[in-house]
Amino acid sequence: MLAALLIVFREVFEAGLIVGIVMAVTAGVPGRTLWVTGGVAAGVLGAGVVALFTGALSELFGGNGQEIFNASILAFAVVMLTWHNVWMARHGREMAAELHAAGEAVVEGSKSLAALGAVVAVAVLREGSEVVLFLYGVAAAQGGASFAMVIGGFVGLFLGALVCLATYLGLVSIPQRYLFGVTSALIALLAAGMAAQAIAFLEQANILTALDQTVWNTSWLISDSSFLGRGLHTLIGYVDQPTAMQLIVYAATLAVMIVLMKLFGSPPERPRIAAAE
Amino acid sequence: MIAVEHSVPRTAGSGIAVALLVGVALALVPRAVAAEDTVTLSLTIKDHKFDPAELHAPANTPIDIKIKNAGDIVMEFESSDLHFEKIVPVGREGVVHVRPQQPGRYNFFDDFHHETQGYLIVP
Repeated sequence: MLAALLIVFREVFEAGLIVGIVMAVTAGVPGRTLWVTGGVAAGVLGAGVVALFTGALSELFGGNGQEIFNASILAFAVVMLTWHNVWMARHGREMAAELHAAGEAVVEGSKSLAALGAVVAVAVLREGSEVVLFLYGVAAAQGGASFAMVIGGFVGLFLGALVCLATYLGLVSIPQRYLFGVTSALIALLAAGMAAQAIAFLEQANILTALDQTVWNTSWLISDSSFLGRGLHTLIGYVDQPTAMQLIVYAATLAVMIVLMKLFGSPPERPRIAAAE
Repeated sequence: MIAVEHSVPRTAGSGIAVALLVGVALALVPRAVAAEDTVTLSLTIKDHKFDPAELHAPANTPIDIKIKNAGDIVMEFESSDLHFEKIVPVGREGVVHVRPQQPGRYNFFDDFHHETQGYLIVP
């Protein structure tokens, strides 16, 4: 029971952090519940499909199927997060100023919601497929799902959902004028971390071999396998032994996002108005 | 008529294909030579134990580790030290690629069952 509880909690916790952030980012946007719930549902469905085909997936691309699949969906999530942040840099303040009733902004807003819904789906799919594989594996090894395992799984799911709720409540308690900046920064770090993780999968598949030496080792401080390490890994892409290429891609993702947000962001008079208040 | 129309682009196409293949082959030569030095190590996981629990590989050499799941439960072959994580379902085999290492003792484990630990030793 404890093993099932821990594994389910661990994975739901990781997905829950991302779902919590997305819910805080989209707080007050009409139609967001539908998109977030839809993202979770699509992710759960996808997790089942991926778990079912993990064996077959592994054998694709000369045994590198898992790596290429993971790198691809992570890259997709990075693009969605970047797109969302750039869009928010342009329209976010208007929406915060309750101009979102304007028809065009709502239509555009739902596109941004779709991007975040896709990110939720990817997060749930990645963590969920591990849960499905693990629980199915335990059940198969025992010759059936035991009562203890089911209870453990549900307690893990419940605790993980609490993390999601705590993330959401923590973020929305931030005063409105800071919330936009905080969530933009969180989304940017999330994207950079996912990009670095995609690089790790490409390195593992031997597709990317340049600059793959380990730059530092902070496992003595925060280990990748600790809960703190896992949380930081999800939130900011922390790894205790990053490669040079991972660090470069991490920094490049942040730089590209900042440049795009500046290029396409709202005209600079808005902050001045805010400062004058 | 149709046959002629077909054969002309086909010849041209195969010429380009041969040229491309030669080009690709030439481009791959350094990598193919490097791949020859790759050391392949094999291990099995069963009853939450790696067999062997210690692997040995020379320094500064690319390493492929083949892992076979002979147990009755799915495992995730993972290492922070060596940068890999791969799910290996029951009865399946997986390969992870490890870059050339400096001398040292590197840990790997089953991320679903942390009591399953093993080491790669590079003298």
